[in-house]
Amino acid sequence: MKRIVWIIVSATVFLTALAAQQSDFNVVLKSGGNLPALAVPDLRGDGQSQSFMSVFNQTLWTDLSGSGIFNMVPRSQYPLNVPQQLSDFKIAPQAQNMPARRGQAQPSSADGGGMYLSDWAAPPAKANYVTIGYAAAEHNLFVVRAWLVDLSIPNPVHADALARTYSESLDAAGARTAAHKFGCDIVEKFGSTCMYGTHIFYVRRSGSLKTPVSEIWMMDPDGQNQKQITHLNAISDFPAVSPDGSKISFTSWVHGNPGIFVYSVETGRDLGFYNQRGASVMGEPSFTPDGKQIVFQSSLAGCCGIYIANLNGSNMHAVTAARTIDSEPKVNPKTGAEIAFSSGRSGPEQIYRMNIDGTDVQRLTDGTGEASNPSWHPDGQVLAYAWTRGYMAGAFNIFIMNVATGQYNQLTHSEGKNENPSWAPDGKHLVFMSNRTGREEIWSMLANGTEAHQLTTEGVNLHPVWGK
Amino acid sequence: MFKRKIILVCLAVSVALFADGCKKKVPAPPPPPPAPAQTAAPATPAAPAVAQFSAEPSSIERGQSATLRWEVTGESTNVSINQGIGTVRSAGSQQVTPTSSTTYTLTATGTGGTVTASATVSVVSPAQPAVQAPPPAPATHQTVEERLSSDTQDAYFDYDKSEVNGDARDALTKDAAALKSILADFPNVVVTVEGHCDERGSAEYNIGLGDRRASSAKEFLVSLGVPPDRLKTISYGKERPQCTESTESCWQKNRRAHLSVGQ
Repeated sequence: MKRIVWIIVSATVFLTALAAQQSDFNVVLKSGGNLPALAVPDLRGDGQSQSFMSVFNQTLWTDLSGSGIFNMVPRSQYPLNVPQQLSDFKIAPQAQNMPARRGQAQPSSADGGGMYLSDWAAPPAKANYVTIGYAAAEHNLFVVRAWLVDLSIPNPVHADALARTYSESLDAAGARTAAHKFGCDIVEKFGSTCMYGTHIFYVRRSGSLKTPVSEIWMMDPDGQNQKQITHLNAISDFPAVSPDGSKISFTSWVHGNPGIFVYSVETGRDLGFYNQRGASVMGEPSFTPDGKQIVFQSSLAGCCGIYIANLNGSNMHAVTAARTIDSEPKVNPKTGAEIAFSSGRSGPEQIYRMNIDGTDVQRLTDGTGEASNPSWHPDGQVLAYAWTRGYMAGAFNIFIMNVATGQYNQLTHSEGKNENPSWAPDGKHLVFMSNRTGREEIWSMLANGTEAHQLTTEGVNLHPVWGK
Repeated sequence: MFKRKIILVCLAVSVALFADGCKKKVPAPPPPPPAPAQTAAPATPAAPAVAQFSAEPSSIERGQSATLRWEVTGESTNVSINQGIGTVRSAGSQQVTPTSSTTYTLTATGTGGTVTASATVSVVSPAQPAVQAPPPAPATHQTVEERLSSDTQDAYFDYDKSEVNGDARDALTKDAAALKSILADFPNVVVTVEGHCDERGSAEYNIGLGDRRASSAKEFLVSLGVPPDRLKTISYGKERPQCTESTESCWQKNRRAHLSVGQ
């Protein structure tokens, strides 16, 4: 309990300090200079476990570098020897004679070749933390003993910021899981949200030009464990995920005209969304933050207005009058009181916001180009979206905008088409669709545009949304 | 609490055992007795009976004829054969030339009751020279899909627009005339007006744009006299393109209203 309070207090202080410090996007990402420097040398394993160490090491590095909260120290700057456990560290001669105050890095002229903490804290590595450990095959399990070492502590005996043991299945999947768990523990130690255990929902397109088939799929944030959810053998598109991650909603042409579906993620069962007769378009659903209602696009009174209804389709009513094409409604996840959407009401498609009752409509993008795909940051202050500003029609790039100030940042720069950004639960990552390889695939990146990783490679994959 | 759980488990186990025991003791119910054989109702003296109803030969090549022969005995007030032959005398024959295998049913009605009998003429296709291409089907035998694809054309739209103008008006004007004829020939068919978009706008926005294109094309057709209840609209946005090249000619091909057979 004390720890939780401490985390909240420090997080608040940290955020307030940042907000006072610089730009509109500090809620999203800290700048590189202030981040702790982390060294992540490869861990070794014995016997059977050794064959899975490259998977382990690669996964751990990707998770930590991708977390956006560390400056990763390049491997070329590490000392020659890497301790395998905390007790391998020796006390450097100077530190031995002259105990320094806690919290100060120990400059030491003595070179332990990696066996002194100071070997890692001093140039060229200049790390604040280092991860060490070893793996072994025990009782047919992949067992990892791992430490996060705080290099500001003079005595290595007390330098363990984290000491953990992970036991997983003795295969590549087990090694990957162990690395994810260690990565999570480290990321959470620094007050950030772990991405392992969250899921990305997306659309995989197959079939021919004449009879295209799209199904809804899900995968882990690193692209692993791809799994098909729908088997409708029709065009199904535009998935949204409920705040608790238990349900998805999407649009499908399986019965002819586009209609709304609500499915259980766990069972893949159709939960039933009714009252859809009489409209040629029912689609693009997304959940309210309480998970009890969905907002969507409908042509019930002409194409197309924004509507809201309960999860089973009851209590349906219009939020906007259908004088123009309004689409992609997304309720602010923090307040539940406003809707971001895209609309052609002033000409080409732009991003707008309004109160959840349809009042106080404001255009957020400046009217240039075409803007679409609004996605709320978990804090409810920043939107990610796709915009052709400065480019030809159809050449979308990913932008983020502070809704209160209107200040925006461009994150992708014409590497193909980049669309459908969706915020990760940690508020630091985005998943999006890009055709920069020549084919539409799912990518993730940090909200400053760095650390772009391709997550799908098989087939055509699009319209991702990041959920729990 | 724990004790109560144990009691519950014991109770459940004993109930399960007991239920199992019961099953063993009670023999399975015997299968239901066989349904009584359908015995023919005894003919009342005055009831009609079919002494003969046959087709000669029973198998023909398409274009040839067969002869139906029949004889009804007893008292009958009406004797008829279906498949368009109608009321006949109580005994007689008739030549038929069915184009496909046909079963004829003779019905004899009298004060004593009604009897029926049937005869089938099988029709086989005449053997054809192996390489000869089939002659083009006459217009009257075209399917509704074939008629739509040969007699109607797509109406094209400007980028991000759903108004019917220019070439689209000409295309839809011709389509309206063709549709009226097609809908008259196929009285049960509903035609779908599909709305499509090019790849450039967002997939989400294009669902609306495709719907607007389909609606305005439908309105235009209705204004030229096509019955509105025979047309429905559907938007595919950019989900079902005709082509995928990023060129203006491909984009133009995809910004269209297209007519297809409704589901």
